[in-house]
Amino acid sequence: MADELTPDEALDKINFHPRSNSKSRNWLDTTKSVQIRPGMYCYAAKPESVETLGLPYARSWNPTDEDWKLPENWQEILHEGIKERLERFRTFKIFMDICVRCGVCADKCHFFLGTGDPKNMPVLRAELLRSIYRNDFTFAGKLLKNIPGGKRLLGSREMSLEALKEMWYYFFQCTECRRCSVFCPYGIDTAEITIIGRELLNLLGLNIDWIATPVSNCYKTGNHLGIQPHAFKDMLDFFVEDIEEITGVDCTPQYQKKGADILFVTPSGDVFADPGTYTCQGYLILFKYLKEKYGLDVTWSTYASEGGNFGFFTSHETMKRLNAKMYVEAKRLGVKWILGGECGHMWRVINQYMDTMNGPADFLEVPVNPITGTRFDNAASTKMVHICEFTADLIKHGKLELDKSRNANRILTFHDSCNPARGMGILDEPRYCIKACADHFYEMPPNTIREQTFCCGSGAGLNAGENIELRMAGALPRANAVKYVHEKFGVNSLATICAIDRAALPTMCEYWVPEVDVIGVHELVGNALILPGEKKRTEDLRMEPLPGVEEE
Amino acid sequence: MNQRYLIPLTAVFLLFLLAYTGVEGLGLQVVFGVLIPYLAIAAFLIGFVIKVKGWAASAVPFRIPTTCGQQKSLPWIKQNTIDNPNTSAGVFVRMLLEIFTFRSLFRNTKAAFNRNASNKLTYSWEIFLWVGALAFHYAFLVVLLRHLRFFTAPVPGFIQLLENMDGIIQLGLPGLFVSGPVLLLATLFLLSRRVLDAKVSYISQAADYFPLFLIIGIAATGIAMRYFTKVDIIGIKEMTMGLVTFHPHIPEEVGGLFYGHLFLVSILFAYFPMSKLMHMGGVFLSPTRNMANNSRAKRHINPWNYDVPIHTYEQYEDHFRDKMIEAGLPVDKKE
Repeated sequence: MADELTPDEALDKINFHPRSNSKSRNWLDTTKSVQIRPGMYCYAAKPESVETLGLPYARSWNPTDEDWKLPENWQEILHEGIKERLERFRTFKIFMDICVRCGVCADKCHFFLGTGDPKNMPVLRAELLRSIYRNDFTFAGKLLKNIPGGKRLLGSREMSLEALKEMWYYFFQCTECRRCSVFCPYGIDTAEITIIGRELLNLLGLNIDWIATPVSNCYKTGNHLGIQPHAFKDMLDFFVEDIEEITGVDCTPQYQKKGADILFVTPSGDVFADPGTYTCQGYLILFKYLKEKYGLDVTWSTYASEGGNFGFFTSHETMKRLNAKMYVEAKRLGVKWILGGECGHMWRVINQYMDTMNGPADFLEVPVNPITGTRFDNAASTKMVHICEFTADLIKHGKLELDKSRNANRILTFHDSCNPARGMGILDEPRYCIKACADHFYEMPPNTIREQTFCCGSGAGLNAGENIELRMAGALPRANAVKYVHEKFGVNSLATICAIDRAALPTMCEYWVPEVDVIGVHELVGNALILPGEKKRTEDLRMEPLPGVEEE
Repeated sequence: MNQRYLIPLTAVFLLFLLAYTGVEGLGLQVVFGVLIPYLAIAAFLIGFVIKVKGWAASAVPFRIPTTCGQQKSLPWIKQNTIDNPNTSAGVFVRMLLEIFTFRSLFRNTKAAFNRNASNKLTYSWEIFLWVGALAFHYAFLVVLLRHLRFFTAPVPGFIQLLENMDGIIQLGLPGLFVSGPVLLLATLFLLSRRVLDAKVSYISQAADYFPLFLIIGIAATGIAMRYFTKVDIIGIKEMTMGLVTFHPHIPEEVGGLFYGHLFLVSILFAYFPMSKLMHMGGVFLSPTRNMANNSRAKRHINPWNYDVPIHTYEQYEDHFRDKMIEAGLPVDKKE
């Protein structure tokens, strides 16, 4: 990453005046403006990964090459693809028709705020596709396309290779965070347009590798990272050893246990990479506590070992194929209901798609917390409960013994992850858990939290290494708000409930706000929870001295 | 770049001139006073229905409301029942607020960035577009309803009432209707935003300027007729009543200015269904706003849901059985 921009250089580039910042005066002039630039795009999908899933046109190609090795009739494929999706999705059809280009969404997108690239204004991202739609599918478009200057008047254009390249470039510069949709007077959701845009690109085999390979791994192996069953167990064993060293208690989990009460599914990011691993240790500690105190029987599964769903960044169909495993495994194991870990888009998929795609889950019971008796009516049909709902309920009923002082060195703020915030509305549960486990909590400014939260800049499959400039630019609004509370209140820990956040935000902090750690909510729970029979703890889950212990 | 607004501006001017000279020079009163208005209304109605039916024909496979507040979860956590509704009643209120008060637009903020020591991105509440949009839409509605006086005999009480309220500021004779100047000013504000705001200017196409110029033309000719040229109101009423009762009648004393006004209105009506102005119909059908966030509590059906190939547990175990057994993981078939 030697060619990476320094933060100062990145800041110098920000300019919210499109005409002075753009080479083209009119965004319709595709050929003059599309330039696929290193640092801003992800590598193309490897053919093997595309093949595993049986998706069309697996081949090796390179976005910076002139020739994308497209099938001969690619325009026809796209035209048919758009037509089909206009019938399948009212969102798509309406969002193509009713935008008035009022521009409210323009400065809501983190990629626009961080890059100043006018085509990162949500309205223009959608217009890239809308201009084609107007030309090929509307009365006015058909009327005007043969009149000289008619297309220019309407803002329509033909599906050219340049237009396709531009669509590819910018649909993979959208993290589907939905912040724009909060402000749109018609609720136009650019994420929905991006989802469908990417689905169309996939018809031509134009995915990126950071999505396609995890999807292929998840399909075959059970999780995005391709961790095989024995290795998955090894990794958790490793955490168990660490926890035993810290607490003196053996928290070995159960795998694929038939007849367990609850199946637990979390994103594999929590199993694989720091600091998600500490959150994973938090889950293990919580489950051990519940087992010892209340006899609750939780099982993990190596087959359904992925909560995240990169299929969501590929197509509705691929999303459904990956999502199916959770119910399949719950049925096979005969559990009562499913508990889901801390993850962003995983929960958007569960909340908005899962039951419709892969339900009804009539082989499961309406989730009841056997310890508190709380019935989760809001999950009566999916039978899936978010771990923050579950833990908040336990805390509220006084079922957990927590020692807040163990997190006393943490001056916290909370990053609402986009998908749970704007695609579900889980805002207060994680805050409740944090406040029960730690004393120092400060909110970031109101325009940057809850439904107005800013993306980590690396969501929707854009957390690769090769697009680091894009990611750091996209993370700027979030980092800026973190920096504010860091300077004002001395915040040193950024809590979150998303595995992609836990992977992406440390890089962001290192770049924009050094001295701030990223931490999962259940890492805080794991630190604070007093396990039956534990030894006197002197270290937190990161094996760093607990506050107050340093001096002893 | 200029063509984006110069062409629509010229077009509106020429359209007006077309009707004006058509009537004053060529005596085409029947074309501009009867034929075109009927065609325009037909185009509006048919186009509107086709468009809405087209939207309605498309499926809503998934519940994807944008949630702008706390979900319904545990009983002691306060749900935001309007911004994150889980019932139809909540959705109803959300939609009412959206349609009548432009609630989402009300949230609008403006981002600014200062390249200095603190490098702060700041967000300030941006209410002017909301005010401008509300003023524009409500003034337009009042003007439209007020015009019903020309199409009804006797004039219904609510229109009288509306007129009385609209004319509450007494200024000269004839009394001033507030809605007219408000409509004109609000449209000019929306236009100036398109020209002056760099971001909005960059995204704007001719199709964005055309309806603005058209409405400015309509408002300006309307105001001119009422306050300055004093057209023959009796004649106009005879003519409009003729149109609604399908007994077209062309009065003699009504001049080109009125026909210009009427023609621009006709163009607006005919243009409506094929343009972005259809946001009027679309806002009711927007799936991110008009659905309840209850898809974990209640199952929703996707009409085109189809089976997809999945990697089954059996395939998985077949693939990894030896490794699983070696690691001490439970398997279904021990071989």
